[in-house]
Amino acid sequence: MSAIEMKNIVKQYGDGFAAVNNVSIDVADGEFIILVGPSGCGKSTMLRMIVGLEDITSGDMMIGGERVNDKAPRDRDLAMVFQNYALYPHLTVYENIAFPLRLSKEFNDTEIDQKVRNASSTLELDEHLERKPANLSGGQRQRVAMGRAIVRDAKAFLFDEPLSNLDAKLRGQMRTEISRLQKKLGITTVYVTHDQTEAMTLGDRVAVLRRGIMEQLATPRELYENPANLFVAGFIGSPPMNFLPATVEGDMVELPFGKVKIPADKAERARGKGLLIAGVRPEHFEDASVMDPDKVAEGSTFRATVDVSEWLGDQQYAYIPFEAPPEVQAQLSQLERDLDGESLRTQLVVSLDSASFIKDGEELELYVNAKKMHLFDPSTGENLTTSNKGDSSGSSRSSTTVRANGDGAAFAGAPTTRSAGVHREPGGSSPAT
Amino acid sequence: MKRSSGVGIWVGFVAILVWCLLPVVWILSLSLKPVSETAAGSPQFLPKTWTMQNYKDILADGDFTRALINSFGISLIATLLSVIFATLAAYAIARLDFKGKRLVLSIALAIAMFPVVALVGPLFDLWRTVHLFNTWPGLIIPYMSFTLPLAIWTLSAFFREIPWELEQAAQVDGASPWQAFRKVIVPLAAPGVFTAAILTFFFAWNEFVLAISLTSTTASRTVPAQLSFFVGPDPFNPPFSQLATASVVVTIPVIIIVLLFQRKIVAGLTSGAVKG
Ligand SMILES: Nc1ncnc2c1ncn2[C@@H]1O[C@H](COP(=O)(O)OP(=O)(O)OP(=O)(O)O)[C@@H](O)[C@H]1O
Ligand SMILES: [Mg+2]
Repeated sequence: MSAIEMKNIVKQYGDGFAAVNNVSIDVADGEFIILVGPSGCGKSTMLRMIVGLEDITSGDMMIGGERVNDKAPRDRDLAMVFQNYALYPHLTVYENIAFPLRLSKEFNDTEIDQKVRNASSTLELDEHLERKPANLSGGQRQRVAMGRAIVRDAKAFLFDEPLSNLDAKLRGQMRTEISRLQKKLGITTVYVTHDQTEAMTLGDRVAVLRRGIMEQLATPRELYENPANLFVAGFIGSPPMNFLPATVEGDMVELPFGKVKIPADKAERARGKGLLIAGVRPEHFEDASVMDPDKVAEGSTFRATVDVSEWLGDQQYAYIPFEAPPEVQAQLSQLERDLDGESLRTQLVVSLDSASFIKDGEELELYVNAKKMHLFDPSTGENLTTSNKGDSSGSSRSSTTVRANGDGAAFAGAPTTRSAGVHREPGGSSPAT
Repeated sequence: MKRSSGVGIWVGFVAILVWCLLPVVWILSLSLKPVSETAAGSPQFLPKTWTMQNYKDILADGDFTRALINSFGISLIATLLSVIFATLAAYAIARLDFKGKRLVLSIALAIAMFPVVALVGPLFDLWRTVHLFNTWPGLIIPYMSFTLPLAIWTLSAFFREIPWELEQAAQVDGASPWQAFRKVIVPLAAPGVFTAAILTFFFAWNEFVLAISLTSTTASRTVPAQLSFFVGPDPFNPPFSQLATASVVVTIPVIIIVLLFQRKIVAGLTSGAVKG
């Protein structure tokens, strides 16, 4: 177990393409860090630089306080699970797991046998030990790949989209499996994914990358509630945050549907900047007719016509088209490209209480929780309503600070058992599932 | 339904087997007949009297055993060289990005398309001038060059299928580049190399046109060429049983090799390495 420090890492490929640009991430000992971002943003490149399969153009890679830029992969003592598992097809499951131990020459056969059986029982692979990878299912192969990683006491785990080849159900299962294992072993982990559910549920902290640049490094909750810019705001959350053209006058924000009042400190920071982009998450809208009238009175309401609605049982989504001026439109379509074409048409997606009886084409009174509204500068994409100087939200921090206690546990969607900052010994006293 | 289709398969299977094996069995049966029976033009399929005399005779024939040695030596050396060069070339083609990769492959194909017969005349003249006529290298060199294209194509197709990420996985697992190559890549590449080797060996073992044209004595004449010199005392009565016996003798090594390597040539050995 070791901390991993990345200092101003730059990667330029042979063809001159800058895949990673000046990224600095400190991964504390025992921390679970997620690298997330759209396809081609440099996540795998980053991971391959940590493990030593890719040269680092400039910057320092420190593992356990030691600079490893020039070390060969085998001298870095890291365990990696490849995106396609990369199992050795000519070896049995047993020998696949034993492979790193046999190479190290440190262990005799009985020790190896014990370690392999330990790992296989952790991963419930006991009955498959004598089989060849070709005869295993996707989930079993995934576990063999994990077994090969956990069998030796590596300094850290690296995962490159380990679940992307599995079907949705298995993915959910393996996700909890990985989380459980990481907690049990308490080992430093860097995990690459482009699935935001994995990013939000697994990580102590999440680094969002775009085109080789790190956009934000924060806890999942922080990313969701205080995105640093338009990109992060649009990337995190499903359905994505709504972006609307907005102008601020006094404490009021003018939206295509009407004016809403926002908190004074937010208005303060966004005032006088001309045309802005307002960001409101779907769940911060509500059908005013099903709400407590007192609550409605506190916020703002406006009337809008629903184009399409989708009722899902526990909630429902309604889609409301609007017109955006060209400046905003340009920024939004750029954002859409960055996000791998995630549909960001100029329509409002609102998540309503499932009790609300709206029909397509009907007009309804919508409540908006303006306190949660973000305002973005259309030219830079920067979030104007959160300040990084340590204001009301209190949880924002610079990208290089090491995890503080209690951060991860506060996020409602995350496994609440995670006690951030507490490192258990491998095989320690974690509650078995 | 199921039953009848099963029967159909068996009937077809037996028909094909008989069709393919009948000539082989006929040769085998001829080789076990005494000369008197074959010369008498006796029509029966199985020998009336079984004899091993033909085998004794042929193995006592110095020219034939000499040809057998030539065949083995030339085929093995040609195979070895061809496989070594082809492996290196195919490895480069599969792994490296270099200019002219396509060119190498198309030239290799072009060589394979040359009819061997068209080259016999020029080679004959050339070999006589450079004193390679009627020597082992005189046959090894053309055999090698004619089998290289096929070997390169087979091997590069095979190498392309190997998931090279395995090499990196091995390095992360603590292997040196050499260990990664030896413990992961070699076992996966072996079936391809064996396949190429067998194809090459068969070509060299069975080749006739070059063998008859580029040799003049038993110093380098191979078995297929030597067989054409089995005339016997009576030009109108070729020694059928001798010829049949020789054919059986040269077929045996081929069968042994196929049986030995059959298990190594397992297609799809790499399946299961990656997501699949
Ligand atoms: N060997 C290479 N030579 C040149 N450019 C490369 C090379 N490998 C990757 N790149 C480029 O670097 C960028 C980042 O690649 P990387 O594989 O890290 O993306 P990623 O974030 O892992 O994407 P994905 O989610 O699709 O796996 C891509 O734009 C890619 O084109
Ligand atoms: Mg990748």
